Amino acid sequence: MSREISITALKYNPSNPKSKPEFKTYTLEETPGMTLYIALTKIKSTIDHDLSSDFVCRAGICGACGMVVNGKPRLACKTLTTDFPEGKIDLLPLPTFPLIKDLSVDTGSWMKNMSVRVQSWIVANEVTDISKIEKVVEPSVAEDVFELDRCIECGLCVAGCSTAIMREDFVGAVGLNRVARFSIDPHDTRTDEDFYELIGDDDGIFGCMSLLACEDHCPKNLPLQSKIAYMRRKMVKV
Amino acid sequence: MQIRYTDALIIGGGLAGLRSAIATSDRGLDTIVLSLVPVKRSHSAAAQGGMQASLGNSIMGEGDNEDVHFSDTVKGSDWGCDQEVARMFVNTAPKAIRELASWGVPWNRVKKGERSVVINAQNTTITERDEAHGLINARDFGGTKKWRTCYTSDATGHTMLYAVTNEAMKRGVIIEDKKEAISLIMQEGQCCGAVVRDLKNGSLVAYVAKGTMIATGGYGRIYKQSTNATICKGTGHAIALEAGAYMGNMEAIQFHPTPMVPSGILLTEGCRGDGGVLRDKDGYRFMPDYEPEKKDLASRDVVSRRMLEHIKKGKGVKSPYGDHLWLDISILGREHVEKNLRDVRDISMTFNGIDPADEGKKGWMPVLPMQHYSMGGIRTTPKGQSINVKGLFSCGEAACWDMHGFNRLGGNSVSETVVSGMIVGNYFADFCEETDITINTKVIHDALEKEESLMTELLAREGDEKIYDIKDRMRNIMQEKVGIFRNGKDLHDAVEELKELLQKTKHISIENKYRLLNPELEEAYKVPMMLKVALCVAKGARDRTESRGAHYREDFLKRDDANWLNRTLSYWANEEDIEPTLKYEALDIMKMEMPPAFRGYGRKGFILENPLSSKRQEEVDKIIAEHKGDRYELQEKLMPYELQATYKRKNERLGDNDE
Repeated sequence: MSREISITALKYNPSNPKSKPEFKTYTLEETPGMTLYIALTKIKSTIDHDLSSDFVCRAGICGACGMVVNGKPRLACKTLTTDFPEGKIDLLPLPTFPLIKDLSVDTGSWMKNMSVRVQSWIVANEVTDISKIEKVVEPSVAEDVFELDRCIECGLCVAGCSTAIMREDFVGAVGLNRVARFSIDPHDTRTDEDFYELIGDDDGIFGCMSLLACEDHCPKNLPLQSKIAYMRRKMVKV
Repeated sequence: MQIRYTDALIIGGGLAGLRSAIATSDRGLDTIVLSLVPVKRSHSAAAQGGMQASLGNSIMGEGDNEDVHFSDTVKGSDWGCDQEVARMFVNTAPKAIRELASWGVPWNRVKKGERSVVINAQNTTITERDEAHGLINARDFGGTKKWRTCYTSDATGHTMLYAVTNEAMKRGVIIEDKKEAISLIMQEGQCCGAVVRDLKNGSLVAYVAKGTMIATGGYGRIYKQSTNATICKGTGHAIALEAGAYMGNMEAIQFHPTPMVPSGILLTEGCRGDGGVLRDKDGYRFMPDYEPEKKDLASRDVVSRRMLEHIKKGKGVKSPYGDHLWLDISILGREHVEKNLRDVRDISMTFNGIDPADEGKKGWMPVLPMQHYSMGGIRTTPKGQSINVKGLFSCGEAACWDMHGFNRLGGNSVSETVVSGMIVGNYFADFCEETDITINTKVIHDALEKEESLMTELLAREGDEKIYDIKDRMRNIMQEKVGIFRNGKDLHDAVEELKELLQKTKHISIENKYRLLNPELEEAYKVPMMLKVALCVAKGARDRTESRGAHYREDFLKRDDANWLNRTLSYWANEEDIEPTLKYEALDIMKMEMPPAFRGYGRKGFILENPLSSKRQEEVDKIIAEHKGDRYELQEKLMPYELQATYKRKNERLGDNDE
C-alpha cells in the first residue's frame, strides 16, 4: 500500500542576488524501495525543475550525496523513505561546507585541502621497478590497510563534528583516519615524527574532543573512534 | 573574456584522466584536469570486482601470461578489437598493477597453504604456494582461462581511484572539479582547448591548451536502465562529435548480467567469479545447460542473452518490476561474503533488505541484465589521438582505441583505465611537448561567444516541449528498441524517433529564466548532446546487419566476418544535420595474430567465415611450427606492435614459469 510523503528542502541560490533562503515542501506518492535519490529525482523532473542536489553513483559508493536528513547527516542515496514512519522528511545541505545551491555543497575543495594538509599519499624513498615482482605484503596487513582505505570522503563525519565547526582548519576524522591508514602501510616510510609534523596540533589529533558523532554517522562503519585514539597515543609519545 | 592557458588539458577526472595527468605532469608539462564532480567521486570508484593483470601468483593463475590474457581479450571482443592495442594492453597491465601497489592500493594478497573456495558450486580446497605468500592475489572472472582479476574486496575501483588521485595531488596537478567542458575550441581543424562551464557559479571560461584529452567515461545514461553513475551522459563524446571527430563502434553496448532489480545498482561479476550462481524461479541453476564449458562465467554478452532467453521460456521470477532471475552467493558462506563481497552485501541489505549471506532462498538477490559499459567511443589511433582531429586525444572508456571490440571482459575496463592512462598519457605528453600553437584571440572569443549566445537563446525559447519529457522519451526508446535483442524494424523506428526528438529540442521552453545556476538550463543544453550520441548508437546498430559480441540482431543471427569485420565510424558531417553519417574502417585479417574463429562459448556454428581467416591461420600455424626461440620472439614474428620501451619490457613472474 502506498502513502503520500512530504519532503521539505532548503532552497537558496547564492549565485542569484534575488534569491532568498526558503523552505519548499513537496508531496509525492511513495513507491516501493524509494530512496531519497529516487524521490528527489522525481521531484526534480516533475515538480520543481530548479532543485539542485549532488547525486553521482546512487549506490552509497561515491560519497557525493551527503545531506542533513531530519537533523542527522546521512547519504541520501542510501536513505529509504520508509525509514520515516511519519512520512515527513526535512532536508538541509551539509553544514561546514560552502553551499553551492539548495542541497548541493562544495565538499571537493575541503577534501582537497585536507588531503594536501595531511599529505594523503605514499612517501617512499626507493623507486619501484614495475617490471619486477611486487613487494611482499603480509595478507593481514593488506587487509588492515584496506579497512581504513574504505573511507569515501562523504564529509558526514565533518558535518557532525563540533570541533570542525569551531576550528576551520581541523582535519576531521576523515583526515585523522587517513593518517592512520598511511601509518600502517608498509609502502610508506614515514615515521611517527613525520606524522606528528602533519597532525600534532589542535587542528589535528589534539583538536578532537572525543564526542564521536563521526563514528555514529560514518556510512562505511569505519572504526574512527579507535583509530583516533590510536593515533593520539602514538602522537603523545613523540 | 576569461581565458586559462595550459600545456595539457584533460577533461574527465576518473582513473584514465588522472593517470594521464600524472604522465604529463611527470614530463614537466603544466596540466589541468577538469571534472564534473570531485574526482574521487568519479564513476571509476564504482568498479567493484577487480582489475585483470596476468601476474600468475595464485595457484589458480599459475601459467598465466600476456599471451593467455591476449587470447581471452580477443575472443571476448568477438574479434572486433584492434589486436595490436590488445597486445599493448596485456603487456602493460602487470606493470600498472605493480605501480598501483607501490602507490598504496592494498591489493588482496596470497596466503600460503590450503584454502577453501567454491568452484562450479562445489567446495574445493586449493593450496597456495609458499613462494607466492604476500604477492598480489586474483579471483576468477567471466571469459578468462585463468584466475587473473586482482582485487581489494569489492571496492577495487575505489582504492585505485584514491591511490591515483593521491599521486596526482602529490605531484601538484591542478584538479578543478565542478567544471564541465561544453565545446571544443577548434582552429583550422586542430583542437586548441575547450569552453568550460563552472558548475559552482555558471560562468563560462575558455581553456587554451597545446593538447586536449577527453577521458569522460561512458554514455550509459542514454538508456533508461543503466548501472552507470548519473554523470555518465556522453557529453564528452558529444563535444568531440560537434567538433567533427569520428566515433568508433558506438553501437557496441555491454549489458551486465547482474544489476539488482529494481534500482539498477551493479552487483559485481566477482559474485560469480567467487563461485556464486544464477538461479531461476524454481531455484534451478540454468547456465550449465546453455554454456556447458564456461557456465555462469561465459562472457557478459553471452550470459546476459542466455538469461533473457531463459526468462522468455517462462522461467523468470515475477515481480512488480517485471521478470527477473536470482543471484545466489549464499553458497560461498557468510565469512567469505562479509569479507570479499562486502559492498555487495551492504547494497543488497540497504536497497532490498536481503542479507545475501543468509542461507538458501532467503539470501538470493533479484537480478536482471542492464546497460553497463560503452565499448565504443572517440575513435583514436593506438597512440590515443583522434584519427581525424589533430590535438584531440582520448583514453579510457570514452575512447575507442580499440581493445574491447564488441564485448569487453569483466576486469578489463578498470585495468584499461590506468593502462591507457600510462600509454596514451605518455604519447599525449609527447604531443604536448612537440606542439606549439598560435591561436588568434578572436577564435577563442568566438568559441566563448557561441556558447554564451546558446544559453541566451535557450532561455528565450518559447515552445511547448519539455526537456525532461524529451529526455525520458529518449531513454525509453534506447531501452526498448536498442537493447540486448535488436531487430531492423525497431532500430529503424528508434532512429526516426530520435531524430524527431532532436528537432523537438528546438521547441522547448524553460520555466526558470535565471542564467547562472539553473538545473533545467543544464538539461536543455545536455539533452541534445545525449541525443546525438544516442543517434550514433541507434544508427550504427540499424546498419550493422550481423551479430557480433554484445550487438545481437534477431534478424541477422550470425557473426558475418565476410562482410562486417569492420569498425563503424559515425560523425556529424554538418552542424545542422539531424543524424550522424556512417562509414566503415576494415580490419585487416592478414595482420592478425589470432585470425577470427569460434570463441569457445556462445552459440556454435553461427559464423559466416571470411576466406582470409583460414588463409591467415595457415600462415600463423606455419610461423609457429617453424619458430625457434622464446614466446616473445614468436609474438614479434606474428604481429609486431609499437609500445614505449619502458612498458614493452618483459614482466617478471614467480619462477618465470611461462617459457
